[in-house]
Amino acid sequence: MAEVSAMSEPTAGALEREAERDDNRTRWLLSLPAMIIIVLAAAGPLLVMVVYSFLTPGDYGNVKWEFSTQAWVNTILQRDIFDDTLMWADAHLSIFWRSLSLSLITTVMAFAFGLPTAWFIATQPPGKREFWLFLVTVPFWSNLLVRTIAIQELIRAEGVINNLLLLLGIIDEPLQMMFTNFAIAFGMTYVYLPLMVLPIYAAVDKLDFRLVEAANDLYASRWRTFWRVILPLIKPGIIAGSILVFIPSLGAYVTPRVLGGGKNLMFGNLIELQFGQGRNWPLGAALSLMLMAAVMVSLIWYVRVTSRERSNV
Amino acid sequence: MKKLFAAASVLALSTTGVWAQELQIYNWGNYTNPKLIDKFEAETGIKVTITDYDSNDTALAKVKAGGHGFDIVVPSNSYIPIWVGEGLLMETRPDQMPNFKNVKAEFVDVDWDPGRHYTVPWQWGSTGVVVNTKYYDGDINTSAMFLDPPEELRGKINVVPEMGDVMSLSIMYYGGEPCTNDKEVLKKVRDGLVAAKQHWLGMDYGNLEKFAKEDLWAGVNWNGSTFRMRLQNENVNYGYPKEGFPLWMDSVAVLADAKNVEEAKTFQNFVMDPENAALISEFARYANGINGSEPFMPEDMKSAPEIVIPAELVEKGVFTPTCDPETQKLYTRIWTDLQK
Repeated sequence: MAEVSAMSEPTAGALEREAERDDNRTRWLLSLPAMIIIVLAAAGPLLVMVVYSFLTPGDYGNVKWEFSTQAWVNTILQRDIFDDTLMWADAHLSIFWRSLSLSLITTVMAFAFGLPTAWFIATQPPGKREFWLFLVTVPFWSNLLVRTIAIQELIRAEGVINNLLLLLGIIDEPLQMMFTNFAIAFGMTYVYLPLMVLPIYAAVDKLDFRLVEAANDLYASRWRTFWRVILPLIKPGIIAGSILVFIPSLGAYVTPRVLGGGKNLMFGNLIELQFGQGRNWPLGAALSLMLMAAVMVSLIWYVRVTSRERSNV
Repeated sequence: MKKLFAAASVLALSTTGVWAQELQIYNWGNYTNPKLIDKFEAETGIKVTITDYDSNDTALAKVKAGGHGFDIVVPSNSYIPIWVGEGLLMETRPDQMPNFKNVKAEFVDVDWDPGRHYTVPWQWGSTGVVVNTKYYDGDINTSAMFLDPPEELRGKINVVPEMGDVMSLSIMYYGGEPCTNDKEVLKKVRDGLVAAKQHWLGMDYGNLEKFAKEDLWAGVNWNGSTFRMRLQNENVNYGYPKEGFPLWMDSVAVLADAKNVEEAKTFQNFVMDPENAALISEFARYANGINGSEPFMPEDMKSAPEIVIPAELVEKGVFTPTCDPETQKLYTRIWTDLQK
C-alpha cells in the first residue's frame, strides 16, 4: 500500500524532471519542421551528390551502381585520349581558373562601384536614404535572364553604347563587346552589385563620424583618415559584400552563357556539360563538390578574418 | 461528410471527368506551331501544355530523372535508339494508326525505328553552314566556313554547341565517318577545331536575332533556322558542306510513363495528317515526312534553297547514327578541350 501511494504521488523532484522532459519534447517537436527542411532540402541532395560522385557513369546518362573513384581522379588527372599518358586535367583546371579569376575581377569591380554608392547613400539625410536604397533593390524585381538580355542590348554591335560612341565620334566602327570576357565581367558586376552595396551601406551607416572628425582635428590627411580610420571600421561590411558577390560569381551560369557566348566554359557550364551532352553524372557531381569546397574555403577564411577582428577590439 | 463527398468528387473528376482530357508535350523550344495546337484542341477537346527543351541531352536527362509528368517527347533520330533501349518510350504502334498511310516511304523503315513501332515523323532537316553573303561571296558549300574560315568572316562566327552535329561535320571534313573512333581522324578533328576556335565569336543557340541584325556573319546552323533568318535578312544564306553533312529527323514518341496515353496516341495520329504536317513545317520551316502536305505549305517553302537540297549534294547528307558510349566519351573529351 505504501509503495502504491509513493508512485501515485510523485515527489517534487520527479515532477520537475517530468516538466523538463515535456519541455524538451515540445522543443524538439517545435524544431522538427525546421530540421526536416534542413535534412530534406540541404543535407539530402548533398548526400546524393556525394554518393553519385563515387559511382560509374551510365551509358546514356544517369549512373550505374558500381563503386568507382574514377570521377574524383578525373577532376584533377586524366589520360590523354591519343597517347594514353596520365596528365593534369588541364581542361578542368583552366576552366576553374577562368571562373576564379573572373569572380575575383567581378568582386573587385563591384567593390570599386559599390563603396562610393554605399557611401553616397549612407551620407544622405536619413529621410532620403530609403529612396536610394529602394533604387538599389529595384533590379531584383525582374528575372536574372531578363536583366542579362537587357545588357546584351546595350553592348551589341548596333547597341546603345556603340551607337552613342559612334555618334560622338569617339570610335569609327562598332566595338566588339558582346561574347567577350569583358561582357561577362561587366554583366556579373551589374547583376551582383546590390549584394556589395547593401552590407557596405550597413557598415557605413553605423560608422561613428566623430572618429573621422577626431582624425581631421589631429591633422590626418584625407587619404590617411580613409585608410587608417574609415576602412578598418567598415571592413566587416566590405568582407561580407565581397563574399556575397564572390560566391555566386564562382558558380554563375546564365550570365556567362548569354554574354560570353558559350565559347569558353565557366565552371558552372562545365558541370552542366557533364549532366547533359557529356553524360558523365559522377564527374559532374565530383566537380560540383569541388566547387562547393572552394566556396567553403573562402567562407572559412571569412570567419577567421572576422573573428580575429573581434578579438582585436 | 459533406467535405469528404466533395473531396471524392474532385478526385473522380480528375481521373475520369473533364480534366482528364489533357496532354503534356515536351518539345524543342520555338518549334511547335501554336496554330497546330489550337487546331488539335478544337478538334479533340484535349487541352495541351507545351514545355521547352534546348537539346536532346537535356530532354533525356530530365525524363530519366523521373517525375517529369510529360506524355510526348520529340527526340532526334540518333537519340531514339537510346530512348527505346532505356525503356523510356511506349510501343504505341503508329504503323497501325489510320493516318500512317501518309508517311513518305523512305521514312517508314528507318534505322532508328524500323517499321515505326514507336515514333511518328515530325520534321527533318540538315545541319550545315550559314553565311551572310554580303561579307563573303565565295563558295559556301563547305565546312571550311567554320573550320578554316576565310579572312572576311573571322571573328563573326557562331557554332551551335550541339556536340553531335559539330563532331559529325568536322569528322566528315577531315575524311572520317560519323561516330568513328579512328584516333588519327579524331586527332585531326581536335586540332582542327581548337585551331579554328580563335576565329569564332561564340558557341550559342538561338541566334536568329544576331544573324538578322548582323552581329554574326557565319557559322554552323540548322537549315530551317537559317530559313527563318533569311526571311528577316536576305543576305543570310545556307550552305550544304560538300565534305558531308548530317541529316536528322525529330520524331514524336509517347513516354513509357505517360499519364495520358490515349490523348498522346491521338496526337501521334493527328500529326500524320497532311494538313497538320504542313502547319508544323509552316512554323519551324523544316520539311516534314508526310506525303500530300505540299499543297498546304506556304508558297515560299516549296522552292526554298534551305529545304530543297541541290541535286549534286543530296548524297552527301547522312542520317547520323547513335555513337557507342566509349566513342561518346572520346567526343566529350574533345568537346571539353575545345571549350576550355
